[in-house]
Amino acid sequence: MLDKLLKTDRRIIFAILAVVVIIAILFPVGLAIQVSEPARRLYREIESLAPGSYVFLSFDYDPASMAELDPMALSVIRQCFREDLKIVSLGLWPQGVLLGEANLEKAAEEYGKEYGVDFVNLGYKTGGIVVISGISTDLRNVFPQDYTGRDIDELPILNGIDNLEPFKLVVTFSAGDPGVRHWVMIAQARYGKKVGCGSTAVQAPAFYPYLQSGQLVGLVGGMKGAAEYEQLIKLPGLATAGMDAQSFAHAVIVFFIVFGNAIFFLKKRSNSR
Amino acid sequence: MIHTIGIWIAALLTLCIFSFLYKDNPFYRFAEHLFVGVSAGYWAMYSWYNVLLPNLGRPLFMEHRLILLIPLTLGILMLLRLFPKIGWLSRWPLAFIVGMTSGYYLVTFLQTNALAQARATIVPLNNINNVILIVGVATGLLYFFFSTQHKGAVGVSARIGRMFLMVAFGASFGYTVMARISLLIGRIYFLLEEWLHVI
Repeated sequence: MLDKLLKTDRRIIFAILAVVVIIAILFPVGLAIQVSEPARRLYREIESLAPGSYVFLSFDYDPASMAELDPMALSVIRQCFREDLKIVSLGLWPQGVLLGEANLEKAAEEYGKEYGVDFVNLGYKTGGIVVISGISTDLRNVFPQDYTGRDIDELPILNGIDNLEPFKLVVTFSAGDPGVRHWVMIAQARYGKKVGCGSTAVQAPAFYPYLQSGQLVGLVGGMKGAAEYEQLIKLPGLATAGMDAQSFAHAVIVFFIVFGNAIFFLKKRSNSR
Repeated sequence: MIHTIGIWIAALLTLCIFSFLYKDNPFYRFAEHLFVGVSAGYWAMYSWYNVLLPNLGRPLFMEHRLILLIPLTLGILMLLRLFPKIGWLSRWPLAFIVGMTSGYYLVTFLQTNALAQARATIVPLNNINNVILIVGVATGLLYFFFSTQHKGAVGVSARIGRMFLMVAFGASFGYTVMARISLLIGRIYFLLEEWLHVI
């Protein structure tokens, strides 16, 4: 019996997990979401900015990480528009540009913001850390045009903006390199800019030391972080909807870890007798 | 109409990929090969129109910025890897990349990930968090100190350090599980909402 349980087909576990996730999405129970301090710190940082301040957003992810990063990007953009902040964005990942643009357009429609006046998307440049370094000193040299090919001199939002100096905050939504690490290395360490981040859950633990040292002003980690941010701006969305499924799936995994270990030790004890 | 076709293709390819969880099969292999082929084509065109043309082609041939002949030459040398007899020439641009990147990263990386982090551990021992922080850093570093045997006080400290590492690995694993489940939720949400319209 114990042998049979130890050799449970992993496909049964996959099936159970899938069923649990589907049921939790179809019949949400609305489990409470506690907002963590790192997410709250980023929220407060944006709230503290005066209307008209400039915020730089970097969309450093691709469709593989959309489930985690899209909701938090949308929430931060909504908060920026709600507070009348000006958004200048780019992508260090090529597909991030279009994903970011979709979120910007969606939020702009909700808040009546205009492209080129309230926000702009500079597009993608290859080079990662070199791009960050370039825009820190001469933004117009690195991005003479926006992502649509429009000359940036024609865009009112960029009048008098030549580098990162006027930006009160940089927020990167990052799924890997180039991403958070590089923004911290150049924008924060070299040019003294405040940097916040939204990151995939996989890499979030690696950024907590930056948070503790003050190199990051806030951190939104994974779908849980995105759900927290949706709570903070009081606009529940995709991440909040997914949190029931997330919690139940975790419960299933914890159950199987405990179950597997219990069976393992029972087997070990019965062998030693 | 096109949007609907796109959603159907995305949904069917998602199911093809998920079918691997049962076992390897032709549907999975079809989706996998399609992904590799489409990605290669996408990246080739993207690189041409968004990297090579705006950064090299137009500035060099239309604005006559001759300095760009240097990266053009280095780029061509890199492609010589494809020809075994003169492939050694590709080491020159590679050496340039390695040298430039190392020089660029060295100081900044040291400043950001070593000095700033070391400074952040110099904290007053006036609360439990700071005590845990300092004990964790000290014992963690001691665990990786191999110039003396891990016996006696050093051994105890190293074992404590190992416990801190285990906690870090556990937290990391927990976050990884959350990330993977998030991806599953994202796909299932797409299937249920955009494809089947049941939510």
